[in-house]
Amino acid sequence: MFIVEMQSITKRFGDLIANDHVNFQLRKGEVHALLGENGAGKTTLMRILYGLYHPDSGVIKVKDQPVVIHSPKDAIQLGIGMVTQHFALVPPLTVAENVVLGYQNSFVLNQTQIEESVAEAARRFGLEINPKAIVRHLSVGQRQRVEILKALYRNAQILILDEPTAVLIPQEVDALFETLNRLKEEGLSVIFISHKLHEVTQITDRVTVLRDGKVVGTVNTADVTQKELAAMMVGRETFGVSRSEANSEKGAQKPMLELINLCANDDKNLPILKNICLTVFEGEILGIAGVGGNGQRELAETICGVRQPTAGNIRVDGQDVTGKTPSELTRAGLGRIPEDRHEGMVVHLTVTDNLVLEHLDEFTRNGVLDHKAIRQYAGELIRKFQIKAKPNDITRTLSGGNMQKVLLARVLARQPKVIIAPQPTRGLDIGATDYVRQQLLEQRQRGAAILLISEDLDEILALSDRIAVIYEGEIVGTLPAAEATPERLGLLMSGAVKEH
Amino acid sequence: MEAKRFPYQLIKTDTPPFWMRPLIPVLILLTTFLITAGLILTARANPFQAYYYFLISPLSSQVSFLEVLVKSTPLMLTGVAVTFAFATGYYNIGAEGQLYAGAIAAAWLGIVLGGVPAIFAIPLMIIGGFLAGMVWALIPALLKVRLAVDEVVTTLLMNSIMAYIVSAILNGPWRDPNSGWPQSPEIAENTMFFKLIPRSRLHFGFIVGLAAIAVLWFILTQTSFGLKMRAVGLGKPAAQFAGINVGTTTLIAALISGGIAGIAGVSEVAGIQFHLIGDLSAGYGYTGVIIATLGSLNAIGVFVASLFFGLIDTGAQTVSRALGVPVYLGEVTQAVMLLVALGMYLLQRYRIVRRA
Ligand SMILES: Nc1ncnc2c1ncn2[C@@H]1O[C@H](COP(=O)(O)OP(=O)(O)OP(=O)(O)O)[C@@H](O)[C@H]1O
Ligand SMILES: [Mg+2]
Repeated sequence: MFIVEMQSITKRFGDLIANDHVNFQLRKGEVHALLGENGAGKTTLMRILYGLYHPDSGVIKVKDQPVVIHSPKDAIQLGIGMVTQHFALVPPLTVAENVVLGYQNSFVLNQTQIEESVAEAARRFGLEINPKAIVRHLSVGQRQRVEILKALYRNAQILILDEPTAVLIPQEVDALFETLNRLKEEGLSVIFISHKLHEVTQITDRVTVLRDGKVVGTVNTADVTQKELAAMMVGRETFGVSRSEANSEKGAQKPMLELINLCANDDKNLPILKNICLTVFEGEILGIAGVGGNGQRELAETICGVRQPTAGNIRVDGQDVTGKTPSELTRAGLGRIPEDRHEGMVVHLTVTDNLVLEHLDEFTRNGVLDHKAIRQYAGELIRKFQIKAKPNDITRTLSGGNMQKVLLARVLARQPKVIIAPQPTRGLDIGATDYVRQQLLEQRQRGAAILLISEDLDEILALSDRIAVIYEGEIVGTLPAAEATPERLGLLMSGAVKEH
Repeated sequence: MEAKRFPYQLIKTDTPPFWMRPLIPVLILLTTFLITAGLILTARANPFQAYYYFLISPLSSQVSFLEVLVKSTPLMLTGVAVTFAFATGYYNIGAEGQLYAGAIAAAWLGIVLGGVPAIFAIPLMIIGGFLAGMVWALIPALLKVRLAVDEVVTTLLMNSIMAYIVSAILNGPWRDPNSGWPQSPEIAENTMFFKLIPRSRLHFGFIVGLAAIAVLWFILTQTSFGLKMRAVGLGKPAAQFAGINVGTTTLIAALISGGIAGIAGVSEVAGIQFHLIGDLSAGYGYTGVIIATLGSLNAIGVFVASLFFGLIDTGAQTVSRALGVPVYLGEVTQAVMLLVALGMYLLQRYRIVRRA
């Protein structure tokens, strides 16, 4: 009857109860959403099911048989596959090699044979991917497809997807849902974690809501509205955030961030940014809309000093900062939010360490750390940004959303003149998303110039004063928010037209 | 399905139980004992007695207890040296060569500073040894930072180069004119480290070692440079993103590491041998790597690990003298203990479970 049954699962980390007597039941052939705020315990529950964590108490049944899942190997044998928030692929290997890795028994790999069998599987499951491609060269969406293929190739009947859509562009989300619907027809059962309620209502049959490690309830998706789901998650009503009118009456606007004919190459050393010219003014949010993979990541990296431009200039508040080091950029007033949490924070250090890492000088007297000031500062940010963590927790143990909050806190607390915000709400729950958007708007009100890079068109439309569209590394149009309609942006994003 | 599988398997755990920590040293000793007991028996000695001499008897007399401290002195210094580098993610295997660089400097300064009062001469020797170790560490560090040449290889090769340099010096210009031995002339009396306890071998170098431990603790936990070191060691891209200059941090840590290893050489020359000799170091530079690792790259761990290694070094001699077994047995026991210890630290992260 139930293909998976988790009964009264409890998991503690020290004195934190990540899962508190959780009951969870998955029916065969359903898509079942796990919903909950950042840190509610969703990932933990799924890691238990996949054998990555071991519950302190509770019973797991698969196909009515009580099982003990010691490791992912056991889970795979039971037909459970998991695609994690952070992918586990080997970048220098090909797609086919990654898919069969650890599954193929023969010692000698026959390249053509595995490529064929992987291609065959990809066709069968409707996952379009080139088995010969090197994973390092794939986009995030494609990597995820490889992960799903990897699970299905191992005959998974139960597929766990931990925030699969957080990294996808809308078209990819549609493709994923199509795939899921088809696989569901074939009897696959899916556990789907997402913070986006419209996705949950669109794709799932049932929803289990977690709050602070406890189950709030399990409902049929058809019986509830998004509002009700949100209320179950946070225990109160939520409100969206919307932009107040532009504060352009300030008279002559001061350009705070200027990109002049900026060019850069991608990881394969091919031109990816082509003569980008953009200006962000004081007290303005400039949104960069575009389909993922059109140079957004490289744009953010180039401005943040992680990637060197091949031509062109970057100015912050009139000062040329092209080619400056990250610490010089920070000092020039640039607030840099990294797109990839794991590349922006030393995850093996404590939350406190990470919060002060960017401006150690201010917490140092004659080279000696002022631990008292640091503790105070970190405590304040943890409270102010509602980070669910203790100051001395190792950052790696935080839930995805809370890691993101640490990064935001580190940047926003400095009140920088210019803020680079690529995908700032990726992986955040509704409350936290509202919070971050509110923060960005407050920073704008204060006079900061914000470059918001997002693949979420709703986010762009909700926050931006002006919107620029990027397509194949070029800015193909810039519009004031008032003139931007989803249709017009869609045309620009598809590269069908250019407006200048 | 396979017909017969071993019914138990090892599973990685996220949280080793807290009661494991104090248990581990005991388990290490017990396992080592079990493994080596057979060997001791073939040497016609009683294993229990052997272990008594190995671990307990060095602590039971003042003379041998002081000897433990003497033995741990160079180990503290090389352990600290290696920790500085490893904590920053720079795998300096070259402490051995850097130690000799410091020793050469000490042997030279010990002669040229002949007339200088000890209160100036000794600090000058320490500084000289630090600089010499640093210079020897500079080449691989620059290669790493500028050209991304793997430091494990270069630092290791530098050790061999240094061994030849030392041998060339001792067989050439510095061959002792009086005895004709391949050893440098004796250093002047005023440059010898004073004894901490009269008529023992325990010398000022031990204090220097303690100071190095304290400096390590201070830098790693109390300074912004220490935090930068750890950030670089634990996540280079993220450290870079946060504005830390990864190259400079690595370079400085590598140089400090070399310098402290150099001081270990000074301490052996000025505190024990009073000459530069070819086998000044019994592999202290390499033992430093083990001490840094077992001490989990923190000051207290390094301190405890170096005392422990001083103890088994001393014990090895006591055993062979008391029971007439070969000294090598002591070395074998040490080596076994080392492997067991490394294995234990690895295995504590696993649980044994019955297959379902
Ligand atoms: N290995 C660990 N050690 C200590 N605490 C942990 C560990 N893993 C998770 N936690 C804690 O358990 C709680 C639940 O985390 P979990 O990752 O399950 O949240 P989540 O619901 O997936 O959140 P998000 O939506 O942000 O991904 C968090 O407070 C987190 O800090
Ligand atoms: Mg999660």
